[in-house]
Amino acid sequence: MVGSKNRVVLSVVLISLILVFFYAPIASLMVFSFNNSRSLTSWAGFSTQWYSALFENREMMQAIWVTVIVALLTTVISTVVGTLTAIGISKSRRIIRELIINVNNFPILNPEIVTAIGLMLLFSSLQIEKGMITMLLAHIIFSTPYVILTVLPKLRNLDPDIAEAAMDLGATPFQALWKVIVPLIMPGVISGALLAFTMSFDDFVISYFVSGNGVKNISILVYTMSKRINPTINALSTILVVIITVVLLIVNLAPLFKKKELRGTE
Amino acid sequence: MKVFGNLVKPYLFWMTAFIVVPMLLIVLYAFTKHGNSVMAFQFTFDNFGKFIDPVFIKVMLKSMQVAIITTVVCILIGYPIAYIIANVNERLQTLLMLLVTIPMWINMLVRTYAWISILSDSGLINSFLAMINVGPIKMMYTDFAVILGMVYNFLPFMILSIYTSLAKMDRALIHASYDLGANQRQTFLRVIFPLSLPGVISGVTLVFLPAVSTFIIPKFLGGGQYMLIGNLIENQFITVGEWNFGSAISLIMAMIIMLSMYLTRRMDKDIVAEAQGGNKW
Repeated sequence: MVGSKNRVVLSVVLISLILVFFYAPIASLMVFSFNNSRSLTSWAGFSTQWYSALFENREMMQAIWVTVIVALLTTVISTVVGTLTAIGISKSRRIIRELIINVNNFPILNPEIVTAIGLMLLFSSLQIEKGMITMLLAHIIFSTPYVILTVLPKLRNLDPDIAEAAMDLGATPFQALWKVIVPLIMPGVISGALLAFTMSFDDFVISYFVSGNGVKNISILVYTMSKRINPTINALSTILVVIITVVLLIVNLAPLFKKKELRGTE
Repeated sequence: MKVFGNLVKPYLFWMTAFIVVPMLLIVLYAFTKHGNSVMAFQFTFDNFGKFIDPVFIKVMLKSMQVAIITTVVCILIGYPIAYIIANVNERLQTLLMLLVTIPMWINMLVRTYAWISILSDSGLINSFLAMINVGPIKMMYTDFAVILGMVYNFLPFMILSIYTSLAKMDRALIHASYDLGANQRQTFLRVIFPLSLPGVISGVTLVFLPAVSTFIIPKFLGGGQYMLIGNLIENQFITVGEWNFGSAISLIMAMIIMLSMYLTRRMDKDIVAEAQGGNKW
C-alpha cells in the first residue's frame, strides 16, 4: 500500500505532467512566434517581425475578416433561430418535440466530415456558387442544433404557466416572449451564443468542403500554409489562442464577479 | 401553448432542407453512377464494390486500429487524472478542470501544428537529445506521431467525461463501503470503478468518433502518404473528384459509427442495470 504522503506527491507529479503535456506545445508555438529567425527550435532573440509580416499579408488579413464576419453573423442568426425554436419545442406536442430533437442530433453525432459532404452536395445540386455565402449558411446550419441543445434545459426548468400569466395580465404573445421568457432563459441563450461563436470561429472541416473561389477562413489558411514551417502561422495561432482564452476566461469568471456583486448589494 | 408551438414550424422546414436532404443526397450519390447531371440517375452498387479492395480495406482497418489505440491510451491516462482531480478540494477542482478544458477550445489545426516543430527531425525533442548525444529519432510521419496527436487533441474529452461521473458520485456509498470493512483497493474496484463506468463509456464515444474520422491529424503528423479513412474521403472529394465513391465511403463510415454508438449505448444500459440489479438483496 502506498503511504498517503507518497500518494499526494504522485498526484502532484501526474497533474503537473499532464498540464505540461497540454500546455508546452502551445507555449512553444507562442514563444517562437516572437523569434528573430525562421527557426522554430533555436531562439535568436525577440522580434515582432512575424506579426508585421502577418498584418502586411493581404491573404491573411482577408482570412481574419472572413472568419470574424462569418462568426459574428453565425452567432446572431443561429442564436435567434435556435432560441425561438427551442421555445417552440418546449411548447409543442411530444411527437414533434422528439422528432426535432432526434433529427437535430444528427449533425451533432455524425462526424463533421459527413455533415460537410452533405452540405457540399446540397450546395452543388442547388448550384449555389461556393464562397462566403455557402460558408456562412453552413456555419449557421451546424451551429443552430447546438444552440437549441443548450437553451432547451433552461426552458425545462421554467414554470410552464408563466407565459400564460403574462398574457392574462394583458401582454401580447410577443411581449410575453420578449419580456418574460427570454430574460428568464438568458444564461442559456448566452452560452448558446458563445458556443456558436467559438464553433464557427474555429471551424475547419465544414468550411474546407463548402467554401471555394479563394474564400478562406483562418483555419483553411493554416491548413494550406502549414505544410512548410512558417512562423507567420505561429503569430496567427498565438492571436487565435489569446482570443479564445480571453473569451473562455470571461465566461468562467463572469459568474464569480456577478456573485460578488450580488453579495455586495445585500 | 399553441401560439409558441408555432415557433417550431420554420425550423421543421429548415431541418428538412439542411439536415435531412443533405443526408439523403449522400445516400443518393453513394448508390448512383458518376455523371448524372441530367437527373437521369443510374442505380448501382459499384461504389460499394469498389471499396472491397485490399487497399481500401487496409485503410479502414488502419483507421480502426489507430482510433482504438488512441481510445485505450486516453482511458489509461485520463482515468487516473480524472480520479485525482475529483478528490481534491472544490476550488482546486474548478481550476484544474478549467485548465484541462481550455485546450479543447483552441483550434484543432493550431494544436496539431504545434507538434510539428516539436517532433520533427530538427525539432525541440531532437535538439535536446542532440545535446546529450542521442538521436536523432525519427518521430514525424510515424504511427507514433499520429497517435500522439490524437491523444493530445482528444484526451480532454475523456478526462472531462470520467471526472463528471466521479464528481457526481454519491460519497455516502464510498463511506458505506469503508464502514462495512472494505479496504481502499476493494472500495475502488467494487464501488467507485463500476459506478464511474458510464463516464468511461461516454468518454470512449467522445474520443473514438473524432479519432476514426479526422483527416487533419494524419495529414499534419503522418504526412501526405498516411491514409486514414478521413483522408480517403477528403481525397475523393477534393483531389480525385469521385463524389460517388466518396459518398459511399462516408456512408460506410457513418454506419460503422452509428453501430458502435448503438453498441456502447446498450453496454451502458446493461452496466447500469447490472449495477442496480447487483445491489438488490
